[in-house]
Formats: sequence, structure tokens, C-alpha cells
Amino acid sequence: MIILTGNDLKSGAVVWWAGVDWSLHVAEAVDVGDQAASIAAREEAARRVNAPYSIDALRDENGVRPAHIKDRIRALGPTVRPDLTLKPADPEAGNWVI
Amino acid sequence: MYQYDRFDQAMVDARVEEFRDQCQRRIEGKLTEDQFKPLRLMNGLYLQLHAYMLRVAIPYGTLSGPQMRALGDIADRFDRKYGHFTTRQNIQYNWIKLEEAPDILAALAKVEMHAIQTSGNCIRNISSDHFAGAAADEVTDPRPYAELLRQWSSFHPEFSYLPRKFKFAVIASETDRAAMRLHDIGINIVRGHNGDLGAAVYVGGGMGRTPMIAPLIRDFVPLDQLVTYAEACLRVYNRYGRRDNKYKARIKILVHELGAEEYTRQVEAEFAHLLAQNIEPPIAELERIKAHFAQPAFMPGDVETSQPDVGDGKFAVWVDRNTHPHKQSGYASAVISLKPVGGIPGDATSDQMRLMAALGEQYSFNELRVTHTQNIVLPHVRKADLFALWQQLEAAGLGTANLDQVGDIIACPGLDYCSLANARSIPVAQRISERFAANGKGDTLGELKLKISGCINACGHHHAGHIGILGVDRKGVENYQLLLGGSEAQDTSLGKITGPGFSEDGIIDAVETAADVYLRERQDGERFLDTYRRIGMDPFKEALYG
Ligand code: SF4
Repeated sequence: MIILTGNDLKSGAVVWWAGVDWSLHVAEAVDVGDQAASIAAREEAARRVNAPYSIDALRDENGVRPAHIKDRIRALGPTVRPDLTLKPADPEAGNWVI
Repeated sequence: MYQYDRFDQAMVDARVEEFRDQCQRRIEGKLTEDQFKPLRLMNGLYLQLHAYMLRVAIPYGTLSGPQMRALGDIADRFDRKYGHFTTRQNIQYNWIKLEEAPDILAALAKVEMHAIQTSGNCIRNISSDHFAGAAADEVTDPRPYAELLRQWSSFHPEFSYLPRKFKFAVIASETDRAAMRLHDIGINIVRGHNGDLGAAVYVGGGMGRTPMIAPLIRDFVPLDQLVTYAEACLRVYNRYGRRDNKYKARIKILVHELGAEEYTRQVEAEFAHLLAQNIEPPIAELERIKAHFAQPAFMPGDVETSQPDVGDGKFAVWVDRNTHPHKQSGYASAVISLKPVGGIPGDATSDQMRLMAALGEQYSFNELRVTHTQNIVLPHVRKADLFALWQQLEAAGLGTANLDQVGDIIACPGLDYCSLANARSIPVAQRISERFAANGKGDTLGELKLKISGCINACGHHHAGHIGILGVDRKGVENYQLLLGGSEAQDTSLGKITGPGFSEDGIIDAVETAADVYLRERQDGERFLDTYRRIGMDPFKEALYG
């Protein structure tokens, strides 16, 4: 699948296109197919996102997994600070990145 | 240390308001990201992997107690209670909101700090010896000259759009503690034959994708012509440095392609031309700056104080490893390691920053330094106070005694934070420091400088590590190249790649294997680097690849 990501303009937070709005959780990302460029242009023009780009990802029983490690780290947070990730209570969360 | 005059303050305050307006216009949609990006970068604001990142300049690494405290307070108010001290002697905040960035700059301006020229193709923060003004071996305090160059280069209209970024280092001792020859311009202040001070000028060094050691292009520039000479060096670069290819745009490529001799000839011609224009700042300005760096009121006649016996010898080890000889008898420079076993190199919490601020005020004449090795220095500590200082550091987890040891690792933020990264640096540093603490070998290795970069940009100085590690991307999987034999000290050398790269697990084992070869082969008094230089790469390759 192809998913769309970027950063929230004001907070800088990593966000994922979830169909009607942006989500902090990659699990909610939807397949944008060949619509990536048009959604990105529209959302960027509306200042709902900054520097959007599309990436390859896989959907499996554990949810949506970006193909590249860089985007998996963006999705979770720094692997060296589990307390600052989106899953601070899950010590195994970092394994998802590798 | 230097204090702003009304011109400095007015400039910085005006810049805060200008940036506030620019941020507001971006948020309101009056500026596109393409228009805004160069403006935010001029104020040190990057968009990184997880959020905006703000890089704050710490000129030549010198900070007062209130400035360090303000950095801690900013981490609390605007970030996630920590900051990262960098190899450029700066600090970076990782979780900045665009809408709050102007308020952070305003908070910085209150303590005479800013983020100007911490990004972009301009002259960046000028680095220096972290023991400047204190080191027993310096010929003078290099910081007044670094400050003069800082003032000359701040908003210099001719050098705001150079072909690429540009970095100076200024030192004043034979021992190089600032990687001087790995800068675009390295200046070493030396004493000439007639007893006068002057600058030996090295141009065209750097790390990154094409590492080069800067050649000496002039062995003595009178200090009252230093700015003019620097201007001449920059002018030749600005005129002929390549702008068509960003990978060939640094001055090191120009000096290399022209040859040091031809580059020097052009600089000398420009220098002669500029001398006639009389652009050098008046001596009175240098004297005004120097007055800010007057020697603190050291206590006269202070005697050497013996170390108290605390039983387990930890304090004695810390004194041995983490203090440095001071020019004033009875004093020492104390290094606070930001590298606890398994910790994140260079990170400090807001509480730790405030504690270090207080300790700087109490024990070091209100002065602290950031080292390019991502530690903090209290430059002027009475030896009689070292024990009390160490006890407070120990209690706060800041008493690690590992300066220049295998655990004192330089690591860039790498793929955990940096959008340019190929691989993570920090976990590798953590695992190596844990490995050598657990197996006890760390204490037997002596000086071993290990440096890790997450990509070829080499912010982690991997080319200059006795052992260097470079993270690369091998088909989407992190992979690590091992380098041996680099040095950023006065015996500057560039490390050589051992051979094929390693996985994350493999690189930890590989570093231990290289250390084992050293332990097996070393002769009396040899550091890892000395042994490597004597026996060469082959025994290491043999052990690593069989
Ligand atoms: S070396 Fe590369 S990964 Fe590390 S901080 Fe610099 S640009 Fe980022």
C-alpha cells in the first residue's frame, strides 16, 4: 500500500493521512493509491500539513508497517527513548522498528 | 566572558521580532514552506524526523551559569526536559513547536544567546579549545580572537550566501583539543620568533563525504591583521568555490583542486589588496573584547590539596581521568562526562543543566564550557573543591570517570532523530559502552577515542576516531562500517575502513575484537592509536574477517 505522511505545521508532530484527517498513529493510515500527490497538494495548501510525502507500507495482522526503517522510527519515536514514543508503556515497541 | 553591548543586544532582539513575524506569516499561510524554509534555517530551526529541531549557538562553547540555567529552563518550558550537546559545541532541542519558536528565541536573547547562523551556507558558530583561558599549555586565551571573528562573521553581507557552510576553529596551544585541522579554517595562535603572537592558518580541512586535513597556508599572520586575512581566505572561496554541485562546494574541494600553493597565492594577492583598504577592526575593539576575558580572581598561594580517602578510590579515578592541568597552581579544569554507561552521548536533562549551572557558579567563577566531544567543562575549579564537586556530580549521575576512554563516545543523533541519517548511532554507542563496562576491558584500554556517525555527513567525527563507525543503509537495513586510525588531535589523521560492514550486533563484536588486538599487541605506554600506527591494519583485518 501507499501511505501519506508529513508533519503538522504548527507542532511539527509526525502525522499520517487517515482518509478524512491526519492521525498521529500510523495504524490509522489509509492506502492513498494514486491520489498521494493530489491529497498532499490540497492538504499542504490548507496548511494542515507540512512537507508531505508518500511511502510504501505493508498492512498485516499487526497493522500498517512503513517499508523503510526511517518511517518506522518516525511512526514510533526515537528507539532510544521509549518514554517519548507513542507507546511508552510497551518496552517491546522498539522491536517493531527493526 | 563576553557580554553583549547595546549593539549586540539590539541586533539579537530585532532578529527575534523579525522571526516572530515570519513564523506568524507562515502559520497564516502568507508564506509557503519553500519561502519560509530558508528563513527558519537562518534561525537554526530545522524540520527533523519527529518535530522541529532548534540548534542554539554557544559561541566557542563558553557559557555562564545563568545561560546554562536558561537552557535547562527552555528544555522544561518548550521541549521534553532535555537537550543534546553537539560536536559543534552547540545545543539542540528535539521537540520544538513552530508557534513557540519565537518565544524560545526571546528567552535566549534575555541571556545573550541566539540561534543565528547555526544553519545555512554561512559562517557557523566558531569553535575553540574547551580549556581556553585555563589550559596550562596555551600561549594566550584564544577566545577573544574567536569572539572577534564571531562579530566579524555575524550578518557579514558578503558571506551570507557562501557556496556551502563554513566552520572556523581557533586554538592557542600545540595540543589540539578542537579538531582544528578538520575545519574549513583552522587557526592556531602561536608565538613567533620575535616573541609576538600570530596566527598559523590552515585552510581546507573537513570531514563529511570527502575528509581532508587542512594544509598550512600561512605560518604567521600578525594578530592585528587576522580579520583581514580571514576575509581574504573567504573571498577567494566565495569567488571560486563551486556552486553547481553541493558535494564539491566546500572550501576543501577548492583548495584541493587548485592546490594549496595556488590557493595561497590567490589569498595572498587578495590579502595585499585588502590591507590597503584598511578593513581590520581597530585595536581598541580587540582590547574591549579582551577585557571581557580577563583572568578570574584566582586565590593566590593556593596549595595543592591531597585527595580525601573515600575508600573505594572512585574519586581518585575521576580526578585522574576527568581533570586537566590548569595554568594557575591550585586549580584544575574539571570535565563532567555526559556519557554514563549506557547513556545517550551528549544528552542532559533540564535538572542536570540547572545543577551544572549552579556548580559552575559555585566552583568555576560562573563559567562552563561545552566540548566538541559532547561533555561539559568547569574550567576553573580549586583543587580543594574537587571532592565536594565530585560528590554532587556523583549524586546526580554526572560523575562518570571516562574522559577519552572507550565509553566517552561521540555519537551524532543518527536515525533516532536526524532526517538525513542512514542508521542509528546512539544505540550502537550505548551497547559499546555497556559491553566494555560489563566485561571490565574498558578500564584496561586507556585512551581510546570512539566516534560514530549515522551518515556520511560525519557530524559524529567518525573519520577522526581512533575507532570510527559509520552507519550506512544497505537495502533498507542498517549496516556499519568500521574505521581505524583516525585522530583529531595535533597528530591529525583520517581513519581507514577495515573492510565489509557489520550488522548492529556485528559492529559491537567488531569493536571488541579490535580492542582485543590492541590488548594483545600493545607495547609499554602505547595507546590504541599508537599500536595501530605501528602494526598497521593487517592484524586487525585478520582478527575481524579471518
Ligand atoms: S552525521 Fe548524518 S545522521 Fe548524524 S547528525 Fe549528521 S547528518 Fe544526521
